[in-house]
Amino acid sequence: MRINYPGTIRIIRLPCTGKVDVIHILRAFEKGADGVYVVGCLEGECRFSNGNLRAKKRIEQAQQILDAIGIGGERAQMYNLSSADGPRFAEYAVEMTEKIKKLGPNPLKKAKEKMAA
Amino acid sequence: MSTKTPSKLEKILSAGHMAVTSECGPPRGSDSEDITKKAEMIKNHVDAINITDNQTSVTRLCSLASCIHLKKMGVEPTLQMVTRDRNRIALQSDILGAASFDIYNILCLSGDHQNFGDCPQGQNVFDIDSIQLIQTVRQMRDEGKFLGGDDINRPPQMFVGAAANPFADPFEIRVPRLAKKIAAGVEFIQTQCIYNLEKFELWMKQACDRGLHEKVYILAGVTPFKSAGMAKYMKNRVPGMDVPDDVVKRMSGVPKENQAEEGINICVETIQRLKEVEGVKGFHIMAIEWEDKVPEIVERTGLYPRPDIS
Amino acid sequence: MIVAEKKPVEEIIDYVKDFKKLLIAGCNECVTVCEAGGKKEVGILASALRMYFLNEGKKVEIDEVTLERQCDHEYLEEIRDRIDKYDAVLSLACGVGVQFMAEKYFSTPVFPGVNTCFLGAAEERGVWSERCQACGQCILGETAGICPISRCAKRLLNGPCGGSTKGKCEINKDLDCAWQLIIDRLKELNRLDDYEKIMPIKDWSTERAGGPRKVVREDVRL
Repeated sequence: MRINYPGTIRIIRLPCTGKVDVIHILRAFEKGADGVYVVGCLEGECRFSNGNLRAKKRIEQAQQILDAIGIGGERAQMYNLSSADGPRFAEYAVEMTEKIKKLGPNPLKKAKEKMAA
Repeated sequence: MSTKTPSKLEKILSAGHMAVTSECGPPRGSDSEDITKKAEMIKNHVDAINITDNQTSVTRLCSLASCIHLKKMGVEPTLQMVTRDRNRIALQSDILGAASFDIYNILCLSGDHQNFGDCPQGQNVFDIDSIQLIQTVRQMRDEGKFLGGDDINRPPQMFVGAAANPFADPFEIRVPRLAKKIAAGVEFIQTQCIYNLEKFELWMKQACDRGLHEKVYILAGVTPFKSAGMAKYMKNRVPGMDVPDDVVKRMSGVPKENQAEEGINICVETIQRLKEVEGVKGFHIMAIEWEDKVPEIVERTGLYPRPDIS
Repeated sequence: MIVAEKKPVEEIIDYVKDFKKLLIAGCNECVTVCEAGGKKEVGILASALRMYFLNEGKKVEIDEVTLERQCDHEYLEEIRDRIDKYDAVLSLACGVGVQFMAEKYFSTPVFPGVNTCFLGAAEERGVWSERCQACGQCILGETAGICPISRCAKRLLNGPCGGSTKGKCEINKDLDCAWQLIIDRLKELNRLDDYEKIMPIKDWSTERAGGPRKVVREDVRL
């Protein structure tokens, strides 16, 4: 399968999405990411029983914080798919990329430029 | 039995008559006529009228002032007092205030949690509980002493009552709890509204087996249903209330326009059956915002006329 | 332990929005265990605030520190050498730690980052519930090891009230009736007869009612 997905995405591999914490998501935005999405296994199919469910709740927490500080919670999102489902992986990558493009760049980038000027 | 207070209610019970009491909820405002009108409807059919103390934690005109209005019209009041809103200073002070108007009956309660009322964000007090309030009134009356130990000039003369709920959980301690209230010094009991007669009779039997019925006057509580809706509400929404399915069914089984009448019928039948139960010394009829029906209930159950004892 | 909950970020922002140099101070004790004010929460809050200020175009320096405890002099002293660098401290310790910090660094504004809730136990992961109100006169010996002061909504010493239904409290169906628990345990201990002992009127002077409290132990003083 030679499926293409947008080159704007930087993949960070994890043993399980259960490893993701709120701070990881926030740091990504702090460093300038325009959006962060976590792709976990299908619900009910976590190898460690509920790693992906934990990730989901942590994304929700991060979304709340992002809303509160004016970055926007919709820039963080959780997806679930089977590890064998390459086409869907690409589909989600496109979907997320389009969504972030619509939202525009991370507002912190502009803020940083202003600050430097 | 000899009486310890000038209470008419105590005299009636002590003379061996079945007592009849009722209750009125004070208004959410300051119009005293709201109370006197209700009392006027029932005063010839009952021996004493309870005035509730901010029942269900909804702010109302105070029980003490309402009792004074009753007293002024020649009706015997029973001051309900909850420990939710007052500390021991305020409780004792209000007891003296009531005594200064010669109010001779008091019902000691802990009170519904404020969570149910119009001030759920308020603080509660619960400095003492209902059982300790019974002890407090008895100490003030019998020893003539404040909780702090000082003497009271002209101590209160109050016939001391409390509530009992035979239907709350756990059932196994419901009779021991009654015993505890008796040990604390309670002299009369008004029970929670009775719809589950079997359960009430079982509780009463267990109380009699322990001889408790000889140590306290138990008035069985009844409340007529106005509608099937009210029966369902009481069953599902009111904590500690036991309304059996067949009672709800009976209420919903009659057409809407006849439901009120059916509610009165159930109430009358309940009183008639409970009159025969050992240990039941009278009835407490709580006709919630339906005081005008009390005379009918009293008359239909043969409890009228009321004994003339002053 | 002392159980606390994180304050909403909006509320915290409102406290600190006008400062230029902030220290966020966590505590390694209770608030770490209940995941409200430990190192991890300090990191999250610091990151969130940095982004907030940057986005607002404000230059604010935010440092992070997590002390062993904020209720003891020796650990609070660890930041004495740099406290003057900061315009304000955001303490994620319980109310005790926040106050001790404020007392110690008298001229530095100190703000709370958590709501201190109660003295409780971790019932299960992510669930904490109240067990003690620190009334200063423990009666657990008489109540089968279950505290009616902290666990009965009316703190009845002679309960249960008439609202106890199927083992639950009248104010909330998810809340156990403390007196049901007491009775169950008295039974288990073959002490149900004790139920009929009347608990006397409580002396609340050792509780909040008696004014702020103090314990002085001459044997352990220096």
